[in-house]
Amino acid sequence: MEGLTLSDAEQKYYSDLFSYCDIESTKKVVVNGRVLELFRAAQLPNDVVLQIMELCGATRLGYFGRSQFYIALKLVAVAQSGFPLRVESINTVKDLPLPRFVASKNEQESRHAASYSSDSENQGSYSGVIPPPPGRGQVKKGSVSHDTVQPRTSADAQEPASPVVSPQQSPPTSPHTWRKHSRHPSGGNSERPLAGPGPFWSPFGEAQSGSSAGDAVWSGHSPPPPQENWVSFADTPPTSTLLTMHPASVQDQTTVRTVASATTAIEIRRQSSSYDDPWKITDEQRQYYVNQFKTIQPDLNGFIPGSAAKEFFTKSKLPILELSHIWELSDFDKDGALTLDEFCAAFHLVVARKNGYDLPEKLPESLMPKLIDLEDSADVGDQPGEVGYSGSPAEAPPSKSPSMPSLNQTWPELNQSSEQWETFSERSSSSQTLTQFDSNIAPADPDTAIVHPVPIRMTPSKIHMQEMELKRTGSDHTNPTSPLLVKPSDLLEENKINSSVKFASGNTVDGYSSSDSFTSDPEQIGSNVTRQRSHSGTSPDNTAPPPPPPRPQPSHSRSSSLDMNRTFTVTTGQQQAGVVAHPPAVPPRPQPSQAPGPAVHRPVDADGLITHTSTSPQQIPEQPNFADFSQFEVFAASNVNDEQDDEAEKHPEVLPAEKASDPASSLRVAKTDSKTEEKTAASAPANVSKGTTPLAPPPKPVRRRLKSEDELRPEVDEHTQKTGVLAAVLASQPSIPRSVGKDKKAIQASIRRNKETNTVLARLNSELQQQLKDVLEERISLEVQLEQLRPFSHL
Amino acid sequence: MAVCIAVIAKENYPLYIRSTPTENELKFHYMVHTSLDVVDEKISAMGKALVDQRELYLGLLYPTEDYKVYGYVTNSKVKFVMVVDSSNTALRDNEIRSMFRKLHNSYTDVMCNPFYNPGDRIQAFDNMVTSMMIQVC
Repeated sequence: MEGLTLSDAEQKYYSDLFSYCDIESTKKVVVNGRVLELFRAAQLPNDVVLQIMELCGATRLGYFGRSQFYIALKLVAVAQSGFPLRVESINTVKDLPLPRFVASKNEQESRHAASYSSDSENQGSYSGVIPPPPGRGQVKKGSVSHDTVQPRTSADAQEPASPVVSPQQSPPTSPHTWRKHSRHPSGGNSERPLAGPGPFWSPFGEAQSGSSAGDAVWSGHSPPPPQENWVSFADTPPTSTLLTMHPASVQDQTTVRTVASATTAIEIRRQSSSYDDPWKITDEQRQYYVNQFKTIQPDLNGFIPGSAAKEFFTKSKLPILELSHIWELSDFDKDGALTLDEFCAAFHLVVARKNGYDLPEKLPESLMPKLIDLEDSADVGDQPGEVGYSGSPAEAPPSKSPSMPSLNQTWPELNQSSEQWETFSERSSSSQTLTQFDSNIAPADPDTAIVHPVPIRMTPSKIHMQEMELKRTGSDHTNPTSPLLVKPSDLLEENKINSSVKFASGNTVDGYSSSDSFTSDPEQIGSNVTRQRSHSGTSPDNTAPPPPPPRPQPSHSRSSSLDMNRTFTVTTGQQQAGVVAHPPAVPPRPQPSQAPGPAVHRPVDADGLITHTSTSPQQIPEQPNFADFSQFEVFAASNVNDEQDDEAEKHPEVLPAEKASDPASSLRVAKTDSKTEEKTAASAPANVSKGTTPLAPPPKPVRRRLKSEDELRPEVDEHTQKTGVLAAVLASQPSIPRSVGKDKKAIQASIRRNKETNTVLARLNSELQQQLKDVLEERISLEVQLEQLRPFSHL
Repeated sequence: MAVCIAVIAKENYPLYIRSTPTENELKFHYMVHTSLDVVDEKISAMGKALVDQRELYLGLLYPTEDYKVYGYVTNSKVKFVMVVDSSNTALRDNEIRSMFRKLHNSYTDVMCNPFYNPGDRIQAFDNMVTSMMIQVC
């Protein structure tokens, strides 16, 4: 290797670089990794780098001694100057500018450059300027590059000069930079501490047409689909095209360089804190990332699914392991998709990796997605690392800063600088995701039952009745039910409690009409007042109370029951204001409302006979089945009672009627398995009422009959009585007249009666339950005896 | 204290295995390997019922004089095996469960990574596992 003569500046520069690369402080051998980084930063084609290494003898020696290193640096300068690489070129090339190493720390570079340029005797300052930090040598390179830029002013032939300057300023095009790594100004280097270069670049770019050429080249690359960019990652050919553009731009740029350098100094000072963070994303970079994001996902608030992101980043030709690591770092919320922030962070990391930066162990704060909803501001450079820091999930924050890679060691504190607090520029995508998640959960339909936690009325009550009525009446709005339709809607809109009157009137309308209308009444009301229904569970203004169950023959000698009987019997086929609208099938509500449940009055329900409403729906659809119902006197009453109870419990959701009915019925069926068939029978009518499945009723009676006959012998009589009452009530339902808003007094009277009926039925129910228990106990004892006897029989 | 944590794939090859005392690592590998039989036994025993009803945490697979081996299996038949030191009597079952839960969460995070091919070795566990091994100490 021939001797190498270096100028003073070169000597200084080289020694600084050597010491930079000499992380092991051997003073003899430079770490290959660092050297390679350096050379990569030199933006030379790989083959050129290899050639350099070979020429300087490192390949032969296997390591970079000081001399080899110096020779290599000289060769880098030669290559960057465009001269062919030859061993003798080391000394033959005169006035060779110092090799430029584009560093990511553009601010530092610019700072150094500025300091360098400002101080002609800057040698000393240069050494002082060598940035301690990441050891990326970027600063050095940067300063060097700037330094070289200065002397280059006159060297038009030195294409790299302008590229050097401008590249540092064109942050976002990190892929571009990579591509143009040989000469192109694309600021690939400037990916990180681009805040400085950013502003530097803009004035710079404006100032020169050459930069526009660069821009053209650059912009030419930004729009291209991602694959192009990524492809160009490893392509050197494009650089050649870029190179051709340089001569044109160089001159312009060179002229502006001095201006730029001056501005750089200013910018540097302004950006002094920001460029300390190598992971910061500049505005241009950010914009580029955003554009890339848009190519995949047009909605900036949306996600990029993992598969799409995988394809995209795979184009960068990074090893899968590193991509995986990058993903782990950038997918902040671990959802397998990338939001805009996450995507930018990932992209930034990829670019960094591509330019030789090691991946951090933890996500740098500046790359953390902001978790606070903030408006997007232009100032992305000052990404609120603090925001991410403070807002990031517990795992992210403080641990990250201390654990940041050596590169960032000096910056965590700087990251906390005050000016980072100001710019909560972007909405946190994470928060977006979080909020989106919540908003997704939130029911879009304000009418959703979720709004009110109040359970829907337990019993099918008026709502079902209304629904059925609706079904029945259909489009026949001239129906007397139509007013009811109107009324329920009114009810729906108003507070249920307040609508009691209307409800009552509506109820009366419904209740007093034929059984059909009666049944449909709750339907209407129910359909309209779906929401109210839920509330109606507790409010008195609910759908028409279920028709009071047919009163069993008075096991209780309540006058009310007697009234009911009378009422039912009398009102059969007649309209009676206030008369039970629907047989109180079951005291639907657990409410101990003692009023008999002449469900005739919805107002009655409104007063709390919601239970009735539950039964009413049952009964209303069952109107046609009332005949069946009455057939099973034994069970009708008990069944209805039980059924009402069941329905009271199970009808909260019955509003959707059909659907609920089936499960409700099934529930009931299941429930009744342990009980007598009464329950099943009861459920059957419930089913009928709910689902309006005409099929339901028929089986019920059958079931009831069979079972009752088989088992409930002792209770038959009582049931018969009760059934009779109920049947009477049921029978009377069809005859319940509808008087719209007419007889308020009658309504109130009916309300009272219904309440009384309700209480009676409740009592009846309890008695039947008790009987049921007794019977079951007897059964159990009998079965036990049977078991005991059986072995003997077998023997 | 977990001295060894292993993630076994469905086909019973290890996706990730790590032990704290680096010596005798082979012994731990062997223990994990033998515990797979016990895991399979437990899975098949419960297999009669629906998979959903099968509990993920398998509990103590088998104890040796020095160590206890715990198992956990996911619904995709990925098994987590943890070897803990018997001398640490303070380790309660709940703690073991929580450790497995953390493991499971980390595993799902790894799965979420689109760059991870199911069946590859897992590289991302180290941090979490280290914390677990140290913390449980």
